[in-house]
Amino acid sequence: MEPQPVGLKVLNIASAVLLAAATYLVFFYAPMEAVMGQVQRIFYFHVANAWVGMLGFLAAAIAGIAYLRMHDLKWDILEQASVEISLVFFIITIVTGSIWAYPAWGTWWTWDPRLTTAAILEMIYIAYLLLRQGIEDSERRARFGAVYTLIGGLSVPITFMSIRLFRTIHPALIGTASAAAQGGFDMNPRMLVTFLFGLLTFSVIFASLLWHRIRLGRMAEKVEQMKLEIMQ
Amino acid sequence: MKGEKSNVARATSPGSFLRAVAAITWKDLAAELRSRELLSSMLVFALLVILVFNFALELDAKTRATVTAGVLWVTFAFAGTLGLNRSMAVEKDRGCLDGLLLAPVDRSAIYFGKAISNLAFMFIVEAIVLPVYSVLYNTNLFHPGLIGVILLGSVGYTAVGTLLASMAVQTRTRDVLLPILLFPVVLPIIIAAVKASTGFLQGFPASELTSWINLLMVYDVVFIAVAFMVFDYVVEE
Amino acid sequence: MIIVKKLVKRFGLKTILRGVDFQVAEGEFVALLGPNGAGKTTFLRMLASLSRPTMGAIRIAGYPLPMQAAAVRLKLGVVSHLPLLYGDLSAEENLRFFGRMYGVPHLNGRIREVLELVGLTARRRDLVRTFSRGMQQRLAIGRAVLHDPEVMLFDEPHTGLDQDACDMLDGVLRDVAARGRTVVMTSHDLIRVENLASRFDVLSRGVIAASIQRAGISRNGLLAFYRQALQEK
Repeated sequence: MEPQPVGLKVLNIASAVLLAAATYLVFFYAPMEAVMGQVQRIFYFHVANAWVGMLGFLAAAIAGIAYLRMHDLKWDILEQASVEISLVFFIITIVTGSIWAYPAWGTWWTWDPRLTTAAILEMIYIAYLLLRQGIEDSERRARFGAVYTLIGGLSVPITFMSIRLFRTIHPALIGTASAAAQGGFDMNPRMLVTFLFGLLTFSVIFASLLWHRIRLGRMAEKVEQMKLEIMQ
Repeated sequence: MKGEKSNVARATSPGSFLRAVAAITWKDLAAELRSRELLSSMLVFALLVILVFNFALELDAKTRATVTAGVLWVTFAFAGTLGLNRSMAVEKDRGCLDGLLLAPVDRSAIYFGKAISNLAFMFIVEAIVLPVYSVLYNTNLFHPGLIGVILLGSVGYTAVGTLLASMAVQTRTRDVLLPILLFPVVLPIIIAAVKASTGFLQGFPASELTSWINLLMVYDVVFIAVAFMVFDYVVEE
Repeated sequence: MIIVKKLVKRFGLKTILRGVDFQVAEGEFVALLGPNGAGKTTFLRMLASLSRPTMGAIRIAGYPLPMQAAAVRLKLGVVSHLPLLYGDLSAEENLRFFGRMYGVPHLNGRIREVLELVGLTARRRDLVRTFSRGMQQRLAIGRAVLHDPEVMLFDEPHTGLDQDACDMLDGVLRDVAARGRTVVMTSHDLIRVENLASRFDVLSRGVIAASIQRAGISRNGLLAFYRQALQEK
């Protein structure tokens, strides 16, 4: 088993350090928000996770198209890695969103477009993983995974738009469309710094997790190959 | 010996494409007319779903107006997966898919042929469910707008469903996988179709429902195009 | 007629065919032998254009695969161990369907002809799911020759057939399928194949291990030839 490359080790350390620093900023540097109090602090991580999760979503869709064009299995590993990590990031997004929602609106969940689309995206990811699990042949698995990433990827923006349309015609049943709900309250400079730092932190964590997962994928492939060689 | 050039020309001309699509659709319909297995299972299932809804939801006169469209679309969506699964399973079981792939036509002809016959089956089921529901709940469902929405929605559903069913049938988990793959992706259709259907049933003029109808049309066009382009990757090795 | 050069097929990480060189002249009847898992079915599927090469070249009747696959398919008749027929349609309807897919001219007459050739005229209106396995295979051959292809590919066509059905199949094979056409047939049944083919190739461990003409083996010597081919590394 080859040791972790230097770059990855650096990323590991950077992730840990940045996360610690970001946490410090969130709790001690950013000012208290007037309307919501301490709970608002979760916003920094919540949005950062969502944006980085979207990165993963895009990466998966692009990797899928790349595989279909070039038939190189390395794109398939990237695609699966992006989906799995994005899945986790969106779970964190949804959970932190719920933690924020309860004190704000008295409910753990609202059917607003963004949250609902995030949940649907998670379902598509899980469907993707189940699809892959049901296929033995790695080439077919890669092909089908890529096709589903494409179909799912196209449907998500359309779903988001349709839910938004749905919501504007119907009044919001729970809570009102307050500025806080839209995530668009005024940010003073210190908040902005904290937010951007959070974004950077989670991007680095994403990159490091992605690298780890791709390595894992490659090693799994090597094991498969060794197994085949022994059997022959 | 037959003229070589004409043979090749015959294989790849647009006429042969349409002929192949028609042949596949005819084949599916003829076989189904004989056995009626697919249609009967779809139909019985659809009627059972409506029955279950009767007890699960309060379908009294007041709430009926708001809930009818939803009940109908849930019914169509679930019965639809039965039909899609069965339709593709027929090809897989006797290796018939290979028979289709051996034909000297573009792969997308297979996609269109299957999609059109799947659509036909869905239409037949819908055409029976609508009057039955009307009778059971004393609601008039024969609104041209509603029928139009059901048409548009079914087209989009079948377009994506045929593609995903072709994938699902080649996996180990088969039937179970199709709804898991299909439903999250087909949500815009459910959303738009239910809103538009409710609108028509409650007497809104078509002009107010244009955004939903547009959404359905956009979805249909986008996904028919994508499925057509991507089908090769699903059937070719 | 068929030229295969350095054909490699990989499924993910598994390599099934490792550089197969294979040539068949027009009118030859080649029996492709080999143990289970040697890649015979994979190879035949690639010749049938159902599977794409990972590396290497295939040319059939002058057309390269997979680039001109549609042109090649017009000249191919394939019979596999699965019947490739629709159970809920009658024999006639099955042939009509495939005739349409291949654009066969004068279809009605041709269907009558083919049914006669494979001896199923009496059962033409019966649904295929009522046919015995032997009858299904005969109809499958009928389907395969409907468009008068130059090349026939058979993948273990005797699978699941009893003696009588096998004999009948051989009759049809000789008269209908093989006459004047180029044939490649995979088989496990050495005795049967010895009387049908003009050449015997052995596929082992992903390559053609040995090849011999009918004239080169003594009567019932095929088994010995086969065993020896497998032993050589």
